[in-house]
Amino acid sequence: MNAWLIAPVALPLFAAILSLALRTRVRFQRIVSVCANAAALSIALALFNAVRTDGVLVLQLGSWPAPFGITFVADLFSAIMLVLSGLMGLAVAVYGLATMDEARERHGYHMLFHVLMMGVNGAFLTGDLFNLYVWFEVMLMASFVLLSLGGERAQLEGAIKYVALNFLSSALFLAGVGILYGISGTLNMADLSQVLAQPAHQGIINMISMLFLVAFGIKAALFPLFFWLPASYHTPPHPVSAIFAGLLTKVGVYALIRVFTLVFRQDVAFTHQIILILAAFTMVTGVLGAAAQMDIRRILSFHIVSQIGYMVMGLGLFTELALAGSVFYIMHHIIVKTNLFLVAGVVQRLAGSNELKKIGGVYRAAPWLAVLFLVPALSLAGIPPLSGFFAKLTLIVDALRGGSWAMAAVALSVGLLTLFSMTKIWNEVFWKPAPEGKPTLPLAAIPVRERIALLLPIIVLATCTVCIGLGSGWMFDLARQTAEQLLDPRDYVTAVLGVTEAP
Amino acid sequence: MTSLILRTAARYLFPIIMLFSIYALLRGHNEPGGGFVGGLAAASAYILYALAYDVAAARHLLRIDSRTVIALGLVIALGSALVSVALGQPFMTGTWGELAITSTYKLKLGTPLFFDIGVYLVVLGVTVTILFALSDQETEAG
Repeated sequence: MNAWLIAPVALPLFAAILSLALRTRVRFQRIVSVCANAAALSIALALFNAVRTDGVLVLQLGSWPAPFGITFVADLFSAIMLVLSGLMGLAVAVYGLATMDEARERHGYHMLFHVLMMGVNGAFLTGDLFNLYVWFEVMLMASFVLLSLGGERAQLEGAIKYVALNFLSSALFLAGVGILYGISGTLNMADLSQVLAQPAHQGIINMISMLFLVAFGIKAALFPLFFWLPASYHTPPHPVSAIFAGLLTKVGVYALIRVFTLVFRQDVAFTHQIILILAAFTMVTGVLGAAAQMDIRRILSFHIVSQIGYMVMGLGLFTELALAGSVFYIMHHIIVKTNLFLVAGVVQRLAGSNELKKIGGVYRAAPWLAVLFLVPALSLAGIPPLSGFFAKLTLIVDALRGGSWAMAAVALSVGLLTLFSMTKIWNEVFWKPAPEGKPTLPLAAIPVRERIALLLPIIVLATCTVCIGLGSGWMFDLARQTAEQLLDPRDYVTAVLGVTEAP
Repeated sequence: MTSLILRTAARYLFPIIMLFSIYALLRGHNEPGGGFVGGLAAASAYILYALAYDVAAARHLLRIDSRTVIALGLVIALGSALVSVALGQPFMTGTWGELAITSTYKLKLGTPLFFDIGVYLVVLGVTVTILFALSDQETEAG
């Protein structure tokens, strides 16, 4: 199975080449898009299965041994993220069949989408910090063009903020990488965890870890660096914002968790305390920001920020249970958030807008859509038995166990405020009557084939949300194993370096 | 801009620059050079031609669409990296073979060379695409 580790990167690249070569043939590109994403999901599932049975998978690219070459590593955490990105890729690709306009498709939407998936998967798989930087850049370039493709005024405005902040993040990341290489002589993460385990230069290492925290914090939209996200995510077409909302910030969270469990773990009292405080502020500012918004996608964007707080809170608490909570939260959040953006796209289609004041009556026109909205919305707020409840429960239980009363209180009240925002969307979009002279169309108004393409991904993702909730025992075991691997990286290090040297 | 001197010079310089770009590409395996530099040099030849004549003439000289060149380069690069996978070794492992030209002269060929050729084409394609697009807009505006 080891050789297959390259597939989640090589396959999207191949699909991107095909889309580029046949850029005038939109139909063909659509077929390639769905097929490639379906194949990527099956490969991710196969890899996940292999990791679960055989342990950490490692591929030394070009046969250069670690720590000299680039290593691709898949432990449970990476494998879970790969499966999620595969699932989101497929869902959005199918959804895009009905929503993307032909002009954008002709100008490379499909190709960029594949490149984006390549960057995301590469970031999840790589075991090398500089290589991680490269994948971030691949992702950034593709997402920048996807964001501005179409050239609408609002899009460009969002794209500029997005790019400026993300470039700053890349610069800090690169500076951190450079200094780290200067003092340790290696950038292989497994090797770094060995080298940095020896107590020397603790001050410099803390400083570098802060550079990484800021760099990944921008990508993950942590407080106080989140403002680019709500400024840009509501501007592009719905499939694009759905994939951004589902995956991009989570790559930042993934990188934070990876780096702060594997590399920077010498001074937990200092670094992880800062992370915990940032997490609390992120949750609160995100949810308060959402309360003030009157556009579905803007509300959802602010909620991404507040939810990122929960994921990072688990890292800040830094116990096995808390990390399991983070992993659980990521699994739940990616599915739910993408789904909510997809629902917002259907609402746009039926009611003609995403602004709460201008629309209404969707419940009367399309009752089933209302049900499909309710599942992820309630899950996001943490209502049992949906997935969000168990994710929040795990984190809050751990916070209480560790005596972080304030953290638990923040997490609980943010959950309540999330429910408030979701009720607001429900009241304004679904419950209140449609405004005069602007009737909301029923679902039947959309042609059958498009309706299937729109609703199928939403139904599948909603089912996933319910299943995660109902099968939470199994999911929690998985999250717990993942957390175990993260906290005790010996397996990871041994798999990458071959032998473990005694530090 | 029409200048007889530039036009005449461009016509003679074009093959020389192209030859040099291929020299840089092949030299890159052991010495400074390689696909990236070679691709840039080749792109500069086309840009010079576009400056001396016009973009349409340079496009015509390229024969195929510059974006197809990018795709072609990517296919070659990806293909060269996948050769080792087919032989059961990790992705991108250098694989070498010999091509017998005569019984005494043998040409040693490896996947790194093909990877470099892929890079050459990608760089050529990307640079030319960007600069053609930019100069197209210039003519539209002017």
